Amino acid sequence: MKEEVAVIGVGQTAFTRNCGVSIRELCFEAYREAVEGLDLSPKDIDALIIASAPEYDKQRTPAALISEYLGLTPSPAFYVESVCSAGTTGVRVAYSMIKAGVHDIIVMIGFQKMSELSSRDAAEVMGRGDDTMFSSPFGTTMPAGHALYAQAYLHKYGATEEQLAKVRVKNSHYGALNPKANYKKVLSLEEIMNSDVICSPLKKFDCCANADGASCVILASAAKAKKYTSKPVWVLGVGAATAELNWSVRGSNTSFLATREAAKTAYEMAGLGPEDINVAEVHDCFTISEILAYEDLGFAKPGEGPKLVEDKATYHDGKIPVNVDGGLLSKGHPIGATGGSQVRTIVKQLRGEAGETQVAGAKVGLAQNVGGVGTYPNVIIFGR
Amino acid sequence: MDFANFGVVSFTKQAKVAPFVDYLDQGKVMATECKQCGKKYFPPRADCPYCLSSEMEWVEIKSKGKLLTFTTVNYGPSGFEDVAPYSLGIVEFPEGVRVLAKIRKKVDVGDIKIGMELRVVPVVLSEDRFAYGLEP
Ligand SMILES: [Zn+2]
Repeated sequence: MKEEVAVIGVGQTAFTRNCGVSIRELCFEAYREAVEGLDLSPKDIDALIIASAPEYDKQRTPAALISEYLGLTPSPAFYVESVCSAGTTGVRVAYSMIKAGVHDIIVMIGFQKMSELSSRDAAEVMGRGDDTMFSSPFGTTMPAGHALYAQAYLHKYGATEEQLAKVRVKNSHYGALNPKANYKKVLSLEEIMNSDVICSPLKKFDCCANADGASCVILASAAKAKKYTSKPVWVLGVGAATAELNWSVRGSNTSFLATREAAKTAYEMAGLGPEDINVAEVHDCFTISEILAYEDLGFAKPGEGPKLVEDKATYHDGKIPVNVDGGLLSKGHPIGATGGSQVRTIVKQLRGEAGETQVAGAKVGLAQNVGGVGTYPNVIIFGR
Repeated sequence: MDFANFGVVSFTKQAKVAPFVDYLDQGKVMATECKQCGKKYFPPRADCPYCLSSEMEWVEIKSKGKLLTFTTVNYGPSGFEDVAPYSLGIVEFPEGVRVLAKIRKKVDVGDIKIGMELRVVPVVLSEDRFAYGLEP
């Protein structure tokens, strides 16, 4: 096991439709859960990384505000952004700075308070996440972008909408077991199939929902990790890649090629392959995204992703458990907070603290967190 | 015209590729082609990242292409609430470019099929507003 940089603490707030607190208070809740039991004082923390999508806040440059509220000044605080994968971008930056010897202990906090905007304003913000010269003027949306992949995928492999829905059946089963999840209802295949079509072939229950929330990941150098915890979870590989923003110029409509690149980098760095992963969190902003992730991460061959969930191989007692915390689909997707929440789930699994969804004997875990429509993937591999 | 005359909702005023909108007014949908390396670009570009050249030629997309994928959007974003449902598609043209646009209502939603042949045509939204769309 490569012992260079470890996660020593993780925390998150409940993900809700309307948190009813300010962003600094939201971040504090996630931070408190992460530092609890660590005997870590503010002066031990060398830097603070804040991850979110800035368009949702009236507060400009929140990093210093959150640093002030957590009592972390004068350590450097700064901001990272890659839309929905900002949190794991923050983890990747923290990993790199620690490995380079710049800092020993870094706190990463991802947050989003999406309820700050009216749903009309939020839709306007989201629309500008595509190429604003040549895509947004046609009325593109996040669901539409993923629906274009879903339609091409179903056509190419003869997969069915029921197979997509089975991803949500699984994730709703686990969402019901996660006290931090926004959506705790178990959904039947019929309920999903009968839900309103948002962007064909994707229906309401194929889509994740906006949420408020924050998450926190504390990373440390090997020496410090061993000082502060008896259960360090080591970062074994970090991969990232970026796809063209405009969907029409990409090389595939049935695979997120950038995830394949990010996974290749992460696997090579870790000296591991998909067969070595015991538990995974993937970016299921839509059901199709989880199916594509199975294939792009190498858990299934192209076209065979749907079979994994149909055979229940991605349930917690299956061959490759995926999103056994409910995923974005049931937890909700507070943009900047999502990556840290995924890391938290993997860390708890590897520490054996996942309760009734514990994957027996999990030693190696993977988190795939993607910004935009397959645009900014991060793949991080953890081990104990 | 400047680029603000493009689209139902426009977010960009000025662009080197603004003549694209004048071509739409003249009934043509244009790509650009790098004079140095011959690479064709759609969306049209003013600059080639491979040869760092800004010498581009406008070339018309005239052929029919094949629909690679599509979706029918039932809930539009701001500015599109009233026009939904509408369908978006990506078409690959023999000219070597791909175009994302609305599939015009000349095609019934139920008749849209991956692989069908579509061409890209200018769409006049109002006296001085233009877009392009996909139709048989
Ligand atoms: Zn060139």
